[in-house]
Amino acid sequence: MIRNPSRGHLKIFLGYAAGAGKTYRMLEEAQKLKSENIDVVVGYFEPHARKDTIAKTVGLEMIPRRRIEYRGCAFEEMDTPAILARHPKVCAVDELAHTNVPGSERTKRWEDVLEMIEYGIDVISTMNLQHIESLNDQILQITGVRVRETVPDWVINEADEVVMIDVTPEALINRIKRGVVYKPEKAQQALQNFFKEATLGGLRELALRQAAHEVELRQEDSQNRDEVPGPASEMDARTQEQPQNADRILIHLTSHPSSAMLIRRGRRVADFLRAECFAVYISPTGNFFHLSVEEREAADRHLNFARSLHIETRVLQGADVTTALVDFARHQHVTQIFMSRSALAQKTFLQRNLVFRVLRLAPDIQITVVAERSRPKTA
Amino acid sequence: MPHEDNRPSPEQLLERVERQERREKRGRLKVFLGYSSGVGKSAQMLDEGRRRRERGEDLVVAATQPKSTPECNALLAKLEVIPTLKIEGQDVIDVAAVLRRNPRVVLIDGLAYDNPPGSRHPRRSGDIDEILDAGISVITSISLQYIEEFQDEIELITGKRATQFVSRKFLEKAAEIVIVDAPTEEHRLSRLREMALLLAAQVVDVQLRDYLEEHGMEEVWGNQERFLVCITPKSHALRMIESGQRNARRFRGELYAVYVRQNALSAEDQVMLERNLKVAEDHNAQVMVIEGDDPMKAVLTFAREHGVTQIFIGHSLGHGLLQSFQRTPVERLIEAANGIDVRIFPQ
Repeated sequence: MIRNPSRGHLKIFLGYAAGAGKTYRMLEEAQKLKSENIDVVVGYFEPHARKDTIAKTVGLEMIPRRRIEYRGCAFEEMDTPAILARHPKVCAVDELAHTNVPGSERTKRWEDVLEMIEYGIDVISTMNLQHIESLNDQILQITGVRVRETVPDWVINEADEVVMIDVTPEALINRIKRGVVYKPEKAQQALQNFFKEATLGGLRELALRQAAHEVELRQEDSQNRDEVPGPASEMDARTQEQPQNADRILIHLTSHPSSAMLIRRGRRVADFLRAECFAVYISPTGNFFHLSVEEREAADRHLNFARSLHIETRVLQGADVTTALVDFARHQHVTQIFMSRSALAQKTFLQRNLVFRVLRLAPDIQITVVAERSRPKTA
Repeated sequence: MPHEDNRPSPEQLLERVERQERREKRGRLKVFLGYSSGVGKSAQMLDEGRRRRERGEDLVVAATQPKSTPECNALLAKLEVIPTLKIEGQDVIDVAAVLRRNPRVVLIDGLAYDNPPGSRHPRRSGDIDEILDAGISVITSISLQYIEEFQDEIELITGKRATQFVSRKFLEKAAEIVIVDAPTEEHRLSRLREMALLLAAQVVDVQLRDYLEEHGMEEVWGNQERFLVCITPKSHALRMIESGQRNARRFRGELYAVYVRQNALSAEDQVMLERNLKVAEDHNAQVMVIEGDDPMKAVLTFAREHGVTQIFIGHSLGHGLLQSFQRTPVERLIEAANGIDVRIFPQ
């Protein structure tokens, strides 16, 4: 990875639920930096009226929020222009996944943060596991909640450091019960829904694995950069894998709603396998004019979604989906094609479904049929 | 899983009750795990002690690290400390004094110490067990390098072995384990860091499965990726297994190779089957031979029970028009494999 040398550092404190102590740790770090005479400011901080956390801001320079009017209401947002003008060495920014109110320069807070980094400001920030885009379906499965505010995985990869903020579910539930995290009426609701021991355990395990994965990615990056010799082990065997073994993943997009899930799963698998990842939409005309308005919108949405996750996307022209898909796959040396189960239903008279037509045409390519990860019924 | 499997047997119920009772009487063990010394375990643990104390919890400190940072000393000043005994110049927990004082929680900084001869227990972990048995909860800390089972791997990375350690089992018994994470630039330390995070994930996984089982919940979330390769005499096992191994390694997951026993295999098929199973074993897959009239059903049942997230299966490219009207076994597998990805290898 080639990076702008004057670029600021990004450090993310990763938690698995509200109340884990991310903000506390971020502010603690800011205090530590200040005590080392480093020029640090708080760009945004969400107090949530937590006493211990608020106490941690004492003595830190806070950049005042700015008010943005939207539909007659005043919203308070981080004042990115003021931070850029102030240009501190380090800026603490809470809640990376936040969506700015319309009228802000950028849609997402992580975009503001990337801007600060471009300007050479180091940023320390916080986010929860739930906000990682590629985990969205898995989070739904564990919690029953579809998280709307997400951060694309590549943004997290941009971070120089990801630190896991761990707390046990027991301690978290106690904090909720004591009213440290939410006000009493919201606390009861939280305990019944999200803050159940099993749910928290599931999220926590996933967060620990994610944190381990982030450590591993950075190890490989730094190894590839400096080629630090280390003792031979499994780890090194992983990084030195033969290129001919490299996986290349192709996601077959359609207008079907399962495409979003397919994109997330494909992205995640590609990240872990360090594989190239493509996505194609096949249209007989090479455009969307023949589609209904709904289908066209869905196709656009899926393509944009794939692009936002840094997946290379194409709209291919092809009267026959099978041939178009296989031709592209061959040309790009794709090793596996990701399809949703809806592909099983795509069959015509006297013809096999799409999965098996592709298999027959391309005996050198594997097909992964991705399952919907729906929420299981609780006993 | 079939519904009737949900109901626990009387023996299982009894065991649950006994486990519950034991747990209720015994103190709770909480362990702060760091990947190296200097990541801030002591400070985080003492800070928790301070917060508990401020909330009015009856908490004392029974052991501290020989060298303390100013931050830790400031926290210690706010806490009640039961002095350690000096035996042969070594700090040993004064278990008798702790039991007499009988607080609700004891804080013990540093778990992996051997006690000198003449002590109450040969190891500090024994002291902790006794305190827990007395119904007092313990909060303690340990660095990854003091865990017995990791000695070989750690020696490969750091060139050093610990002389005093505790077994991983001791950690798994803990009611709570918390990871103390901190970034590092150093390559070797970052390998230890990854190991510690994964260890914590595995402990959480085990505890979560116990919890779900105890509460009769059957939720498979696929937090840990598990790959299942279907083996038959005719499958191109090597390709699938190699890919499975690569995936399992990358995802830090597990790899299973499963064969559903078929009757009356030809001699030739038998040879091929054995060769395929050998390939799986050589690639460190967990090889399982299972029974079932309907192979696809048997594979799926196994997959569900073991929390498999991806099934790898070979598909022979048959010919003939008739076939296009019937659903192939692989199709049936895909349709039934709710929540599990199916990767098809043409052959």
